[in-house]
Parts: sequence; structure tokens; C-alpha cells
Amino acid sequence: MTPEARAGVETGASAPASESERLGRSATERSLEEREHWRETTRARAVAEHPERREMFVTSSGIPIADVYVPGDIAALDEDRDLGRPGEYPFTRGVQPTMYRGRLWTMRQYAGFASAEQTNRRFRYLLEQGQTGLSVAFDLPTQMGYDSDAAWAEGEVGRVGVPISSLADMELLLGGIPLDRVSTSMTINATAPILLAFYVAAAERQGVPRAAVSGTVQNDILKEYIARGTYIYPPRPSMRLVTDVFEFCAAELPKWNTISISGYHMREAGATAAQELAFTLADGIAYVEAAQRRGLDVDRFAGRLSFFFAAWSELFEEVAKFRAARRMWARIMRDRFGARNPRSQMCRFHTQTAGSSLTAQAIENNVVRTTLQALAAVLGGTQSLHTNARDEALALPTEESARLALRTQQILAHEAGVTETPDPLAGSYFVESLTDELERAAQAYLDEIGALGGALAAIEAGYQQRQIQESAYRRQRAVEAGEEIVVGVNRFVDEPVPAPPIQRIDPGEEGRQVERVRRVRAERDARAWGRAMEHVRTAAAGDENVMPALIEAVHGGATLGEMSDALRAVWGEHRESVTV
Amino acid sequence: MIGAMTERRIRVLIAKPGLDGHDRGAKVLARGLRDEGFEVVYTGLRQTPEMIASAALQEDVDVVGLSILSGAHMTLVPRVCRALRDEGLGDVLVTAGGIIPDDDVPALREAGVDRVFGPGTTIGEVAEYLRANVRPRETA
Amino acid sequence: MTRAGPDPAAQSDVRGAQSDLSAAQSDAEAAQGPIAASDASGSSGSTGSSGASPTSGTSGASGASGTSGAPPGGRGAHLAERVLAGDRRSLARLLTEIEDRTSVAEAALRTLYPVSGRAHLVGITGAPGAGKSTLVAALARAVRSTGRPAAVLAIDPSSPITGGALLGDRIRMQEHAGDRDVFIRSMASRGHAGGLAAASVDAAAALDAAGFPVVFLETVGAGQSEVEVASIADTTVVVEAPEMGDEVQAIKAGLLEVADIVVVTKGDRPGAQRTAAQLRGMLTVGASDEAEAVRRAEARGRRRPKRPQVMLVTAPTGDGIAELLAALDRRHGERDAAALRPARLARAAAQLDAVIAERLHARLRDGRHGPAVDEMLRAMADHEIDPYAAADRVLAQLEEWPAG
Repeated sequence: MTPEARAGVETGASAPASESERLGRSATERSLEEREHWRETTRARAVAEHPERREMFVTSSGIPIADVYVPGDIAALDEDRDLGRPGEYPFTRGVQPTMYRGRLWTMRQYAGFASAEQTNRRFRYLLEQGQTGLSVAFDLPTQMGYDSDAAWAEGEVGRVGVPISSLADMELLLGGIPLDRVSTSMTINATAPILLAFYVAAAERQGVPRAAVSGTVQNDILKEYIARGTYIYPPRPSMRLVTDVFEFCAAELPKWNTISISGYHMREAGATAAQELAFTLADGIAYVEAAQRRGLDVDRFAGRLSFFFAAWSELFEEVAKFRAARRMWARIMRDRFGARNPRSQMCRFHTQTAGSSLTAQAIENNVVRTTLQALAAVLGGTQSLHTNARDEALALPTEESARLALRTQQILAHEAGVTETPDPLAGSYFVESLTDELERAAQAYLDEIGALGGALAAIEAGYQQRQIQESAYRRQRAVEAGEEIVVGVNRFVDEPVPAPPIQRIDPGEEGRQVERVRRVRAERDARAWGRAMEHVRTAAAGDENVMPALIEAVHGGATLGEMSDALRAVWGEHRESVTV
Repeated sequence: MIGAMTERRIRVLIAKPGLDGHDRGAKVLARGLRDEGFEVVYTGLRQTPEMIASAALQEDVDVVGLSILSGAHMTLVPRVCRALRDEGLGDVLVTAGGIIPDDDVPALREAGVDRVFGPGTTIGEVAEYLRANVRPRETA
Repeated sequence: MTRAGPDPAAQSDVRGAQSDLSAAQSDAEAAQGPIAASDASGSSGSTGSSGASPTSGTSGASGASGTSGAPPGGRGAHLAERVLAGDRRSLARLLTEIEDRTSVAEAALRTLYPVSGRAHLVGITGAPGAGKSTLVAALARAVRSTGRPAAVLAIDPSSPITGGALLGDRIRMQEHAGDRDVFIRSMASRGHAGGLAAASVDAAAALDAAGFPVVFLETVGAGQSEVEVASIADTTVVVEAPEMGDEVQAIKAGLLEVADIVVVTKGDRPGAQRTAAQLRGMLTVGASDEAEAVRRAEARGRRRPKRPQVMLVTAPTGDGIAELLAALDRRHGERDAAALRPARLARAAAQLDAVIAERLHARLRDGRHGPAVDEMLRAMADHEIDPYAAADRVLAQLEEWPAG
């Protein structure tokens, strides 16, 4: 634009509006007009002199970000309908009335190493350090239903978590930990019913009644097919196992969270924030539908559903995602499923900072990334939080790096002043707009999934998998092209420094673990074991809930691999079917 | 000679040994190498060393790329190398990527891995390495 | 490594089927003799594309790969011997040579062609996502359960821009990964019309000669060359998944015309029965219509339109798979020329076309004729000569140009 033209526009637009015009327009309308004016004048001049850094600014989900946000951008926002108050429908502002003024989030660091004994030592250490809940990572054989001495387990025992093949292992893991006071979150899916059976049996041996046991199993099989890959059985029997856990816990374990519907792994696999939000809610819908088909009353089980999201460094989009998740879930539960109990309508969630955002280069930078991500989770109103250690792109964290990760949360909780009022970003033109935009983007994905016949049918058609692969590939290309900057990797690269000491797994542990599972098999009462295993098979083949049969088998000395094999024999194994 | 209409293309097998279900890297690389002009065979999750060697043989690949993030590389990768040699595929280029600590690299090279790619390696770097290092094939 | 091929008894019973072709074939072989001697080593096409091997100049186009100094004919014959002896590594290597269209492959195929023609070549095609690979895996399982080995050629498209390809069909065939008697080979289409058909038929011949009595040739039913490949098999199976909507994908893609058998997969899904019924309805034409259709097709020199059978399967549970295999075996068992002969003649025609085209192209791209061809192209580009006259002139000149 020429200076003359610009001057012309300026004089034209800045002519004072008549009094009547002013009276006829609301403040929000005026704000939009004033923005137009600003764009044509002040901003245009500035841009003419110094162009902006980019043609277009967008979030990770591809949502365009405006040059400025004004009241008119949130003119449609209705406080009662869209926000509510903390602890009230639709819970946009948080699920508890007082949020962190009442109680801080649970600082829950995921841990699991080499052996049950070692992990138990780490747990006790973390509890002494002020951690308030346990979170167990299991090794891959345990996640995949193989005992530590199975052929598939060789080299994998104790690598990414603790191996648990029998009740003996579980009792070692939980030794000296009061299960009526400490809640335990178990990241376990395909074998969730079996690990829950081990946990219940261990608590019973400690003398803790079932009603007092509290914790969470991830138990989210759908996202395994979409993103994480540790599924065993075909989707339909797997869904039946999920609902067996719902049903059993509704009757027997009132304080147990029966599922953690997880977007985290989809995000880690490459999903955008909007995809993470949509695909997680779609899975949630599928679980509620499955439970209703089982004949469960929605208000009997929905209060025990919980969610698990990732937190990335893009602070505002993440906060908007958490807010949109609460609002959308509340509406889905109330309007679609007829849930009346407010607790059934609440999207309560755990958050983990983004493991895949961590770099193997300049690992100190990871502390900063994790801090930002943790801040997003706190501003987004998370119920619990895991902060990654700086060295997780290299190996499992050392004790020192795990401590620093916990300290990060404590600094946020006690020094940053971000906990003193609920949902502090509410009302921000930008954050409210972004919350709406994310909801819209997620709703579009939900509609597509609905058209495909729901989350399960969409998974079978490969819809979510392909969407995520597409996003992952786009991001990789953007990083390689330098369009997306990763400090220390494609910009601002430091001189390489020698690798820090990392957590090493003692290879001897695998042998000791293998020995223990063999001893369990040798020492058990073969007849009681045989009867219990037969019960597992008949329960799986019929309609009977498998949980009581599994607990009986656990008490009878059955191992994880044996129980998984019994189910495999009935249901078969799933093979991935979606290509890249 | 019936040729001239086609050309030799580097064939790459991307495989995930063991129980690890994290396939983001493997899939991104498979797709990236496709876009770099390679013919990429992707085998999917949970391959035993024998399965990988058998696929490498049938597909007559020039490269076997292993992706492993579960920490089981010191057990699984040497077993894959051995299985390849047992099939007479000792001349196939073997690379590994995922989460592999620097300290483990010498032992993996000793076992028969030609190159370990660390986190943050670009598709372009992998492609360049493969073009420069694939060995000429013998006819039989 | 040197496990012998599948049991000879299973092969001998189908030997008769190819006798009628063998005479024609030996004629063709004789005719190819002088042309084949032309080893146009100057015509490597490996420049440019980034994925091409740096070694392509030696191993691919010139056929001078490896350490052996033997001429390609000798090495090809040696490779063929190893293949016949049951060596799987040599078979895999031969398939590479075939894909690369090398003189080594040509020499090997001269040995192998006469002993092939026994296997049942089954083309499997359908829209993406119809369940082809899963069906092939299930069929291979059924073949194995009868004690026979099975081979699979899974063809996926190459990127037209980079020439690369992502071959993911093995994912769905993992159950066979440990079985040496299931030979699975992924092939990229490499995007050349006719050439794909030639390469896949040659590859099938190699697998046939190696003793596989059934060869499944799987292609995506999108794109003409892929459909063409499936349609030149002995038996063409078109795969259709039950759809949410009303549209039958195979019709949209024009696949039903090439089908001998239409398989509706995912038989346990709602809508599968309906899709099957819809297809049956569509494929049942009145007798007079059919007679008319046959007359018209024959008048235009086309193959007789088929009356495909429609079958319903659920691959994961195996429902309907045994019946499908029985139908395939029955078809292959029919000795009368009526069943398989049209397909084999069509295949022979496609092969001949492809090889002639390849040879012509090879000679046109021979460096020595380059200037003359370039001049012709220039003249055409400047509209000084029309393409038809140009082609006539090139063909006339080819007769004068030395072959080797």
C-alpha cells in the first residue's frame, strides 16, 4: 500500500462515528470494527516497515492465530452455558470448586525398574520425598502377557518397567507400602484385568479390605490399537475385558479408577492437540457405550472413568485443549448418555509432559521444556501430573534426574503463584477463542469417526492411525526443513558434551526374576491351580465376568503368562492391519 | 538385454524386533525413505530375529533397518545379525535406531551392525548414508 | 537354505495344462535369439532419481554385477539351476533381477520358462482397504493346510515422483513369517505400463519353476496397470468389503469385468450379506442378454465376458476360506481349454507385447542411435513431422540399425 493510500484509508476510517451509530452497537461489535481500523492503520504501518516473522501463525493443530484478539472474538461465549463455575457443569473451569486452593494435584512419577525389589525401593524413596501416589511402569513381557521366562521375554525383562509374573512378584513390589493409604496407578492395558487381580490379591494378603483399595488401571485398549501397540486379543473380546473391569469394580472396588482413557500415547505417536482431544473422547464414548450395552447404569460407572493427556510446550493451545476436554465430555455425558451425577460428567485427568519433545542433544534443555509443559497442565487444571526427567530421551531416568523432575512440580506448586485461583486464563480473549476452536476441530473429527461407525470401527478401518501417521510425518518434515525449530537440534546447536551417566539395568536381574517365576510354578498346589485355570477358561468362553476367576487363579499360583495364554486360546491374537 | 526401462533401486527392510510397540519412528522413516526414492518393505510390530532374517531373504533387501526403543537392543540386535548370517545374508547392510546409548554402540558394531542412528537423525542423513554404503549385489 | 521344492507329485498332475503352449513358446524363443544377444549396456537408466543405487550402473543395467566375470547368460543359467534346486536365496535374487529387467533375468527365464506353467496363478485385486492382504494370508494358510507350499507376489504402487515405494503387505501376512514354504515377495509397480505385467508374470514363472503350485498375485485395484496384472492371471479374484454406503467399490473401479470370482470380505460385518446379494443381482444377466454380450465381445475380438461366482468370507475366523480355495482348485483342475485357455492366451499376448515394447525401447535408447532419435524428437516437437510418420521412419530404420 502506498503511503498516500494508507493516509486516505486512515482519514476515511477515523472519521468519528455519529452518536446514534455508537449507541446502536454493542461493545463487542465495536471491538471488531476497531480492530479492522487498527489493522488498516497502526498495524499496516508497522508491517509495512517490519514484516512479521511468518506469513501465518498457526497452532500445532493448524488453528490460525489472529494478529490480536478482542472482545468481539468471544461475543458468542455464554458464561453459564460454556464456562460455569469451578466444580459446576460444564466444568470448563475445573472439576473441583476450590481447585488447587484446596488440594494440590497429585505428583505422580511413573517408575518401574528391573525387578520388583528395586522398584519397591524406588517407591519407598519417592514416598519419603513427598510424592503422594505411586505409578507403576511394567516391562513389555508383563504388558504383553508373557512370563519372564517366556521365549518372547528374552532381553526385555525389566527393561521399560517392572516384571510381574506372579503374586509373589506383586507382593515384593508392594512390600511395606500401606495399600489402604497409598493409591497406585498402573500403566497396564491388555493384561489390566490380570494385574488388577494381582493387586487385589496382594491387598487381601495385607489385610486391606477391597473397599479401601484405591488406584487406577490404564485399561484403555483402544488407544493400543491406535498408537501404542501393546494389544494382545482382537478388539471385540478386548472391549469385553474392559467392561468386565468396569462391572467388577462398580460392585467390589468402589475407590478404583477403572480406566484412564489416554490421549497421551496418540500425541506421542504424532497426533496434534485437536486429534489427541478428539480421538480420546471418541474412545471414551466407545467405552461408555460398551458398558451401557452390558447393562450398567451410566451413573454407576462413569464417575470412575478418568483421562490421561499429554502436555506439550505450546502453552496456550494446551490449556485450551484441557478446558475444551472438560466442556465437551460434560456435554457428551449429560446430553448423549443421560448422566445425572455431576461426577459422571467430569473429565478428571492425569497429565504427563511430552516425552517425545525431549531431545537427546543438550539434555539440560529438557528441564525447561518439561517446566513449560507442566505449567500448561497446571493452568489447564490437571488432577495429577508426571514430569519427565531430562535424560529420558537416552534411557530410563537416574535417581537424580527423577528427583529434579519432581522438584520441578514442587516449584510450580509452591513458588510460581499459579495455584492460587482456579482456571486463571479464563476470559482471555485468546484462550477462550482457542478453546472454542479446539472444540470445533475436535468435533469435526468426532463427526467423522461417528460416520465410520464409532471409534472401534474407525480403528478397524485405520482412520485414527492414518491421521496420526500423517501428522507425525508432517512434523518430521517440518523439523527437517527447519520450519519448526527444536532448540539444540536444528537451531542453536551446542558443542556435543560427553553423555551423562544413565540408568543401567543389571542384566543379572533377569535371571533372578526367571528363577522366581519358575519357583512359583514348582511350589504351588497343582490341583487348586488346575481348577482355577479351568474356571478362567470357562469364564472367558462364556459370559461370566472374568475378574473373580482371575483373582481365584492368582491365589492359586497362576502366572500372568498362563492366564493370558488361557484367554489367547479362547479369543486368538490380534494382528495389526493398517499399513503406513 | 531387456533393461533400460527400469533401474536398480535400493530395497530396505524396516523391522521392529521384540515386543516394543512404539512404531512412530519406524513408520516415519519408512515413509521418508519412500519419498527419498527407496523401496521400503515394512514388516510391522513384534518380529523375532528369525522372522526378520526370513523376510530379508525373501525380499532380497540391501538394507535391514532395526528400530528398537525398549532397551532390549543388546539382546535382540546381535540375534538379528546372527540370523541374517545364518541365512547367508552377511553382506546386507544393517542399521539400528531408537534409544541406544552411545556406550552400547561399539558392542553392536562388533555384533555386525554397520551404523547406529541416534535420536534426532534426519531422514536425509539416513538416506545419504544408505546410498553411500549399500554394497553391490552378487548375482547368486 | 537349500530345502528342496515342494513335493513333485503335487506338480506333476498339472503338467498337462501347459503342453498346448509349449510349441508356441519354443517358436518364440527361437525368434528372440538374435535380439537377446544385444546387451545394450550403454542404456543404464539409473541417473537422476535419488533412490537409485549407486551400484546400479554395475549391477542393474549392464548386468555386470557381482564378482563373477561370466556373461549374463551364464550367470542367469546358473541362477536358474540354483532356483530349480530349491535355493530360496537364489529365487529371491532372481526376482530382483526380474524386477530390474536385467539380462541375467532373461537368461534365467529361458531355462525356467519351459519347466513352469504348472502353477495356478491367482490374481487378487480390489479397492484399497478391501482386505486383499488379509484374504491372501488366509488363503495361504488354507493352501498350507493341504500340505502345499504357497507363494505371494504383493504389488504396491511406486511413487510417480520419487520412484520410491512403501511395501506394507507383509504386515498382514505375519502369521506366515516363520514358514519357509510360504514365500512372500513385495514388488513395487515402478510405474511403467506393460513392464509391470511383464515383470510380475516373469516373477510368477520363477516361483512356479521353483515349485510353488499356487502363486497369489495381489495388486491394488486402482490404476490400469495394476488391474491388468490381476486380470492376466489364470483366475482373477476381485475383493470387495461391505460398505457403509450403497456404493460397490469394484463397480466404480470397473473391476467386475475382470473377475472370475468376487469375494466379499469381512463377512461378519453388518452389510456383508447385503453387499453379496447386491453383487449377485448385478452379475446375473438374462440368458438372451448374455448371448448378445458374448456375440458383441467376440465381434470385437475380446475375451468372453465372465459370469463370476460371488462368495462371502471372514478371513480372521477362516469362514468361507476353505470353500474359496476349493473353488480355485476346481478351476485349476479343469483341464478343458475353455476354463483357463483364454486367460493363458491373454497372458501370452501381454507378455509378448511387453517384451517387444521393452526391446524396442532398449534399442531406441541405445546410445549409438541417440542422435537420430533426438533429431526425430526435435522435428516432432517443432511440428515438422507428425508422430505417425516419425514412428514409421524409426521402425524402418530399426531394421537397418545393427542390433548389438
